[in-house]
Amino acid sequence: MTGKLRRWLVIGVPYLWLLALFLVPFLIVLKISLSDPALSIPPYTPTLDLSRGWEGVREFVAGLDFENYVFLTTDDLYWKAYLSSLWIAAFATFLTLLVGFPIAYGMACAPVHWRPTLLMGVILPFWTSFLIRVYSWMGILAQEGVLNRALMWLGLIDEPLMILNTPTAVYIGIVYTYLPFMVLPIYATLDKLDVSLIEAAEDLGCSRTQSFWLVTVPLARPGIIAGCFLVFIPALGEFVIPSLLGGSRTLMVGKVLWEEFFSNRDWPVASAVAVVLLLILIVPIILFQRNEQKAREAEQ
Amino acid sequence: MRRFSWFNLTSLTLGFAFLYLPMLILIVYSFNASKLVTVWAGFSTRWYGELIRNEAFLDAAWVTLRVAVVSSTLATVLGTMAAHALVRGGRFLGRTLFSGMIYAPLVMPEVITGLSLLLLFIAIDLDRGITTIVLAHTTFSMCYVSVVVSSRLVSFDRSIEEAALDLGCTPFEAFRLVTLPIIAPAVIAGWLLAFTLSLDDLVIASFTAGPSATTLPIKIFSSVRLGVSPEINALSTILIAIVAVGVITASLISKRSIARQMQDTRAAIAGA
Repeated sequence: MTGKLRRWLVIGVPYLWLLALFLVPFLIVLKISLSDPALSIPPYTPTLDLSRGWEGVREFVAGLDFENYVFLTTDDLYWKAYLSSLWIAAFATFLTLLVGFPIAYGMACAPVHWRPTLLMGVILPFWTSFLIRVYSWMGILAQEGVLNRALMWLGLIDEPLMILNTPTAVYIGIVYTYLPFMVLPIYATLDKLDVSLIEAAEDLGCSRTQSFWLVTVPLARPGIIAGCFLVFIPALGEFVIPSLLGGSRTLMVGKVLWEEFFSNRDWPVASAVAVVLLLILIVPIILFQRNEQKAREAEQ
Repeated sequence: MRRFSWFNLTSLTLGFAFLYLPMLILIVYSFNASKLVTVWAGFSTRWYGELIRNEAFLDAAWVTLRVAVVSSTLATVLGTMAAHALVRGGRFLGRTLFSGMIYAPLVMPEVITGLSLLLLFIAIDLDRGITTIVLAHTTFSMCYVSVVVSSRLVSFDRSIEEAALDLGCTPFEAFRLVTLPIIAPAVIAGWLLAFTLSLDDLVIASFTAGPSATTLPIKIFSSVRLGVSPEINALSTILIAIVAVGVITASLISKRSIARQMQDTRAAIAGA
């Protein structure tokens, strides 16, 4: 008897926890996104009044509508924020691939006894505070910052470049903080790669460059795709990087949601912004899962 | 994979310079005597002194530490249970929903997790403070713990557990004496991951903290919003140092324990 009870406890406790603190909160967001803003506490109507029984439930359902979603399409701010988030996340992912692939490739080519140290070198920043890593670029990219003064000292520029508070700073921030997510999966696939295939290609007359593009890159594809999704998905809803490095002109959904909630105190609109962001995220998440499944099947 | 070329060496050097230079610059400037963070005015530990005397930072650090210890411990227990349920639980009602709820928080944008939890706490009229941050952190870190632990559970040989049961162990004894020691490295790694995630979190804590509790990331964020500050540089240096020492020690310990395990196995095989 106790065995069965224990099994239900092991399943039931985490299950209930996640239902209460993950699923229910999300349903609340969905509900509030369909409500109207109001000058009350909490600042939205209708609120579900169960004490009035069936009548209360009916009134509650009748009060829900898609007004906030319509509002999102009428005000430029929102769709511009979604588009610019998609663009920033996509371009930053591409830049991260450009920076990350040579690092992963170099690690995979390095002598075997270097590899644990190199791997550790890539993982270490991942354990360091995200906030601090973003912050460290503020002092470098500022008008009077380290980078501008170094470039002026070298005589490369006469006037300080404006980098901080522009989208360029956001790209740098994303590439910097998400680099391990790109390097690690690519390294994992390159590490498992069968060297004899490259040797065969070269024996059959490929140059080094040709064998790289025709053999190494296609074989590393699962890792490249995984790395790109691992950067793109979190970058899309990023808040810290655009708010510290992007300045007021860089528009991203994470920041809009934050401001809608904390500054404008418009909870229904903030909730609608969140629901639409999730709908946008579903596509890359499903594609990512498919890629992972294919990679797993290929392994077996 | 193949011979190490000049191109490889260059890309590794530049790559690691890119990864480490910003932090190095931060560390160097934390010892700057000047209040103007970009002008070097000689070596000084002045900002560390100011930091230690700053009550607000110390309070925030204490709150953060308590939240991290409690939430990562809870998350480890819940996450290990969840992993066990997923890998060993067999079929049960709503299993797909359950595994979906384990994986979804990993890809959920933090702003949405934070917003939804805050709306829940307000709906049930729970006062915001340390408790609500702990609840929020436990929820997202238990998913990470569960992923780490279940990958270990999947890979180990189930017949060892079955042997323990055949030899008269109760299921709980089999778990405690056989399964737990085998998955222990993953459980510890999960705890460490949960702990650092909690220490690091700004967005979810900002939504769930309320005015009564301030964590270190919230404090750091509100003071760097206005620009670089030498005190934050000093604080960052301390945090970077703690993480570096922690990670390097952990990896040395795990390397040594792997080596010992291999030796034990070899000795056992040689004896048999």
